[in-house]
Amino acid sequence: DSRIGTENSVSSLIGRNNATSFQKKTRSKLVSIPGTRPSVQNGQLIVSTGVTSLDYVIGGGLAVGTLLLIEEDQSDSYSQMLLRYFLAEGVVCGHELFLASAQDHPENIMQMLPSPILDDNVSTDQGDRPPTPLHLHDPDAMKIAWRYQNLPKFQTTFGSSLFGHCYDLSKPMEQQVRQAAKCHTFYLPEEKTAAKESSHLTGPYAGLLQCIQALIQKEGFDGSSSQCTVRNVLRVCLHSLGSALWGDDLCCSESPTHYHALTTFLYALRALLRSSLSVAMVTVPSHLIQVRVVIMERITKLSDTTLTLESFQGSEKETNPLYKDYHGLLHIRQVPHLNCLLCAIPDTKDLAFKLKRKQFTIEKLHLPPDLSESVSRVSKVELPGCGPTSKHLDF
Amino acid sequence: MFPELNSILNTSPDNFKEREFIVLSDKQADASFLIHHYLTFYLRARCKVCFLGLVQSFSHYSAVSQRLGVNLTQAKEKGQLVFLEALKASPGVLLNKGTSDGIQTFDYLRSPFPELRGLFEFVHSSLTESGDDDGKPWGPPVLLVDDLSVLLSLGVSVGAILDFTHYCQATICSQLPGTMVVLVRRDEEWDEEEYSSGHLLQGVTHQCSLSLHVEGLSTGFCRDIHGQVAVWWRKRGQSAQSQRKIFQYKVHDKGASFFARGTSSAVL
Repeated sequence: DSRIGTENSVSSLIGRNNATSFQKKTRSKLVSIPGTRPSVQNGQLIVSTGVTSLDYVIGGGLAVGTLLLIEEDQSDSYSQMLLRYFLAEGVVCGHELFLASAQDHPENIMQMLPSPILDDNVSTDQGDRPPTPLHLHDPDAMKIAWRYQNLPKFQTTFGSSLFGHCYDLSKPMEQQVRQAAKCHTFYLPEEKTAAKESSHLTGPYAGLLQCIQALIQKEGFDGSSSQCTVRNVLRVCLHSLGSALWGDDLCCSESPTHYHALTTFLYALRALLRSSLSVAMVTVPSHLIQVRVVIMERITKLSDTTLTLESFQGSEKETNPLYKDYHGLLHIRQVPHLNCLLCAIPDTKDLAFKLKRKQFTIEKLHLPPDLSESVSRVSKVELPGCGPTSKHLDF
Repeated sequence: MFPELNSILNTSPDNFKEREFIVLSDKQADASFLIHHYLTFYLRARCKVCFLGLVQSFSHYSAVSQRLGVNLTQAKEKGQLVFLEALKASPGVLLNKGTSDGIQTFDYLRSPFPELRGLFEFVHSSLTESGDDDGKPWGPPVLLVDDLSVLLSLGVSVGAILDFTHYCQATICSQLPGTMVVLVRRDEEWDEEEYSSGHLLQGVTHQCSLSLHVEGLSTGFCRDIHGQVAVWWRKRGQSAQSQRKIFQYKVHDKGASFFARGTSSAVL
C-alpha cells in the first residue's frame, strides 16, 4: 500500500502535536529528510532546485511529487546549467539521483557539476537563523550614514540562502563529494535496445519508464517497504526528451509515427512521481518540435511547473539596450496546482536571467538606468514596445 | 462549493436541475477549481457521484475538498462516491504489471487500438448499482471527469471521446435523471488539424446544456483578477434562445469570488 504518497507525506511526517498554543513550535517532531522543508504557503514538502532565485520565483521550491518541465533555449546551454544545479543540490543534500540522457554520457554531465560554496551562512539544516550581526571591526562599517547600517542590502535577486545552497560555476565539484551520492544513470546508447514486448508503451520511452519504475520500487521511494528506516528523496533528471537522439521523430516530421509516445510517457511518469518521494526535472527542445503548439500544450498540461528559457544568443534582443544586463528571459508558463485550490502566484511574470562568472541568477526585469553623458531628456533611446514617443509636449 | 457561483447559476444543493450536461473548459487559465466546486456541490446534494480522476490522485481532491468542507474518504466509505484512480493505475497497465481486476476499464491505455468502452462500462455499472445511506437512497447519479482532453494525449481519437460522452449522456442524462460534468482543455491556438482538442471542445460544447469557459485576461497577467468565466446557458427544445454572461473571478484559499467585469475590489 503506497499511501505514503507525496501529497500526504508531509502530514504523515509531522507527528501529532497536541501542544498548547503557547508552546513554541518545534520542528523536531518532523522526521526531516535533509534538503527538504514544508512549504510556507501550503505545507507541502519542497526541495530546492539549486538556484535560490528560481526557488523564489516558483513559490519556494519544487514540491516533492511534481514535475518541472524546462523548455530549452536554442543552444541548450542554460537549460543544461539548470539541470546541473538541480543535480548538484541533490548531491549536497544527499538525495538519490537518476540521470537519463541520450546525448551526453551521464558521467560527463556529473563531472561538470558546480562546486558548492559551503560557508557559515549556508547550512543543510533549515533552522531559521537570525541574520549575523555586523562586526564593529568590519572595514565596511559605515561611519557617516550609520543609521542605514542595519538595513538589509538592496538586492535585485530573489531568495534567501537559508534553503538550498550556493554554487560556484567556475569550479567543478570535488570528486569525493560527487561520488558520495547515489547516482543511477540511464544512457540510451548503452541500454539494451529491445524493449520488452509485454509493455503497452510503444516507442522510445518504454525502457526508460521501466527503469524508473523498477528503481522506485526497489529503493522503496513509493513507501511500499515501511520497514525502510531512512527516507530519502529521488531526483529524476531527464535530458532533452523528445529529441531525435531518443529515437523520437517529433522533431523530424510533421506526422510522427510515435505521436503519443512522449505524452503517454509523461503521463505515466506523473503517476509514478505522485505516488513516491521523488521529484523530476525534464528538459524538452521545444523549438525543434514540428507540430509545436499542440504537442507543447499537451506536455505542459501533463507537467506541473513549466518554464521557458529564451536566450538572447543569436537573437536581435542581444544588442537591444533594454536587455543589456541580461542573458535571456524566463517565462513561467504554468505553476503547479497540487493539494490546494489556489496556487502560488508570482508577483510578476517579467523575469530575466543572467549568468555571472560564478553564478546563475534570475531577476525581475527592469530598465537599466540611463547614465550616459549625452543623456538627453528630449530624445531618448526609443525602446521597443514603448510605442512612439512624442518629442515635444505642447501645453 | 462556491456560493457566489451558485447564485449566478441560480442553483443550490437543495434545489438543482437534473439532466444537465455541463462542460468546463479553459484557455490560458486553469478551470480545475470548477471541478472541485461541482464535486463538493453534488456530494452536499446527496447525489451518487462517480469521479474519473484522470490527471490527479485521490489525495489531491481529498485535500482540496477538505478545505471546502467535504470529506471524500467518508463519502467513499459510505458508498456515495465512486472514485476511479486512473492516474495511479496507469504505470501498471502501461508496463503490463497490473492485476487482472478492472483491467478492461483502462483499455484506453492499450495501443495500438485504445478504446473507451471499458471506461463507459465502469461508469455505467457504478452509477446504476443502488446503494443507500441508512435506508435513504442516494439522489440522482452524477458523473464528473477531470479531464477529458488528457485522453487525446494518450492516443484516443476525438471521435472515440465524443462517442464516450454521447453514451454517457444517453445513459445518465436521458435514462437516469442524472447530470454529468466534464473538463476539457483547449489548445492555445488550435488549428484545422485532426488531433487538436479544438474539435473535442467544439464537439462536447455542441452536446452540452451549460458551458463554463474560463479564460485568462486578454490584457495579461494580474494578481487580483485571475481571469474570466463565460457562462453559456444553451436552451434546448422549447425556446431556442441561449444566454451568455461573462464574469471575472478570483480564486481564494477556500473558495472563489465572482464579480461583474471591472468591479474587482482591487480596482474600485
